[in-house]
Amino acid sequence: MFSRTYRAVVTVPPLLWVTVFLLVPYLLMFCYSFWSVSTSQNVVHSWTLSNYRQLVGVHVYGQTLLRSMWIAARVMLFSLLLGYPLAYFLSFYAGRRKDLFYQLVIIPLWVSYLVRAYAWKTILGSDGVLNTLLQYVHLTKHPLEFLLYSPFAVVLTLTHIYTPFAFLPIYASLEHIPRPLIEASQDLGASAAQTFWRVVFPLSIPGVLAGATFAFVLSLGDFLAPLLLGGPSGIMISNIVVSLFGAAYNWPLGAAISLGMLVLVVSLLFVSEGLEKKWRFS
Amino acid sequence: MATLQHSGSGIAASAAATLLDMRQIAKSFGKNRVLRDISLQVAEGEFLTILGESGSGKTTLLRIIAGFETANSGELWMSGERLDRLPPYKRRVNTVFQHYALFPHLTVEENVAYGLRVSRQVETTISSQVEQALARVKMTAYAKAKPSKISGGQQQRVALARALVKRPQLLLLDEPLSALDANLRRQMQVELKSLQREVGISFVFVTHDQEEAMVMSDRIALLRMGELEQVATPREIYRHPATAYTAQFIGHTNLLRVQVSNRIVRCNSLSWTGDLPDGPALLSLRPENIRVASSPGPPALNRVRFRGRLRHQAFQGATELLQIECSDGLIFFVRTSARADWQGELEFEFDPGDGLPVRESAERT
Repeated sequence: MFSRTYRAVVTVPPLLWVTVFLLVPYLLMFCYSFWSVSTSQNVVHSWTLSNYRQLVGVHVYGQTLLRSMWIAARVMLFSLLLGYPLAYFLSFYAGRRKDLFYQLVIIPLWVSYLVRAYAWKTILGSDGVLNTLLQYVHLTKHPLEFLLYSPFAVVLTLTHIYTPFAFLPIYASLEHIPRPLIEASQDLGASAAQTFWRVVFPLSIPGVLAGATFAFVLSLGDFLAPLLLGGPSGIMISNIVVSLFGAAYNWPLGAAISLGMLVLVVSLLFVSEGLEKKWRFS
Repeated sequence: MATLQHSGSGIAASAAATLLDMRQIAKSFGKNRVLRDISLQVAEGEFLTILGESGSGKTTLLRIIAGFETANSGELWMSGERLDRLPPYKRRVNTVFQHYALFPHLTVEENVAYGLRVSRQVETTISSQVEQALARVKMTAYAKAKPSKISGGQQQRVALARALVKRPQLLLLDEPLSALDANLRRQMQVELKSLQREVGISFVFVTHDQEEAMVMSDRIALLRMGELEQVATPREIYRHPATAYTAQFIGHTNLLRVQVSNRIVRCNSLSWTGDLPDGPALLSLRPENIRVASSPGPPALNRVRFRGRLRHQAFQGATELLQIECSDGLIFFVRTSARADWQGELEFEFDPGDGLPVRESAERT
């Protein structure tokens, strides 16, 4: 069909890319996670399970991981609560303005993540837009401190950033629902609410699952939002990994935590894909 | 008014009470006038087919009855009640959709039960009704299957059961057989017709297939570019087409443009005597009313004879459709029993009484 050279030209670069930038680093990380660091901060190349023992034994890691999951879960929930009605409105009621609204949802994705995170810093800070406004209208006397440098700020920012990611698969799944099904439901005597809960929602579940997975997984691994807006109480697991690879210079432990997260995320992806398959009909 | 063709129903369309009354229905989409001034009645227990080409407005009319579209003007009455002011879910009308529109996430059984569940009926009565409905369409064995696992014809049956279990006063069917292959389609036509007789519900059936319309209907309403061209029983519409369009759309015909003066009818080089008013006229002469002349020589009494060359011969099983060109350029379609290899110049004859005057169909844009 295609010549050998053509196939080589097409397949070799991506394979090389995957090998050099994905497989080799993963393999290195895997090895590191079984090594250790000496007191003089040299990596000791002898196999040990001590990193994994620390990961399970040291309280702060488990706690931070749980907190990260709790933040990610809230981001997921709020993204779905915002993304679903938006997608529903666009798919069923936007009419000719559908494309315009769709673009409006997409446009924020063109703006750098960093800019959006900083924007929230400006809004939520003690001299920020929100506090100034609240004091100006005399709702508060002093700046509200919990707004910035808190899990609240992290959840808010991540929700803002990942809502489009939850929106897109939901929108796609709603667009896929054949419209005669809606009419058939009405024809059989169902009210609008019944049609939604008995037909539209069940058929959009694959999109909801995909959107939820995006929002959860992406927030779970986030480290910039907690770094910029989280403060001490808003630290997430990725911040620990970053500091272990950086300041603490403990690559083996960092690698062990990273691998732990990788396993967690990959299993989540499997579960969500299995559920999605179960809810996909056609 | 002729009585119905299907012996089982045994009622005359004119005798039964009117169930649905459409009064001067009109509908436009933007500048596109899809329906204009449709007035049509459906009798209790009647099988009425709305027949038309694509773009004739037949599906729009059906959607107006179902409540998915709103007419710009006109009224719909059903059993003495204004129907067009009710939302779809309050109308005692159910629809079988073109591609069935079965809910893919529900089993066959759940699909049929859907309309009963949303109206909050008791679960025990639901299951017995669903069972009955599935038995009626012979789908009991597939009760637990998902729609994607059954064939098109089976999906068709489930869609029917789902609509009928609601006990509607009127069932609307939007080209429900168009997705089936020819054999299954003929089988379903018969099944659908006998089912309709059994349940005694009025059916409004939409199709573009004139043969299907002829086979199934008590009456046919022929729709052309948003207006009713003719409404009559299949026999009536075939034997006495009112317009040239009807004559051509329902079956095959020869349209003869003739000139009449003093009871002499002239068509190119042919002429005969006929009881028609003076002036130009249009006659519809069915191909089966033209015969190959048995012996050469002078024609039998009151027969018109012509010679022509065979241009094309279409074998259709029991019959053949011949295309004949006369020396004066006139083209005739002739239906004969399929038996011989016709060749060359042939002689034909017809009874001028079979040439029915039809109205020229109005130009519409």
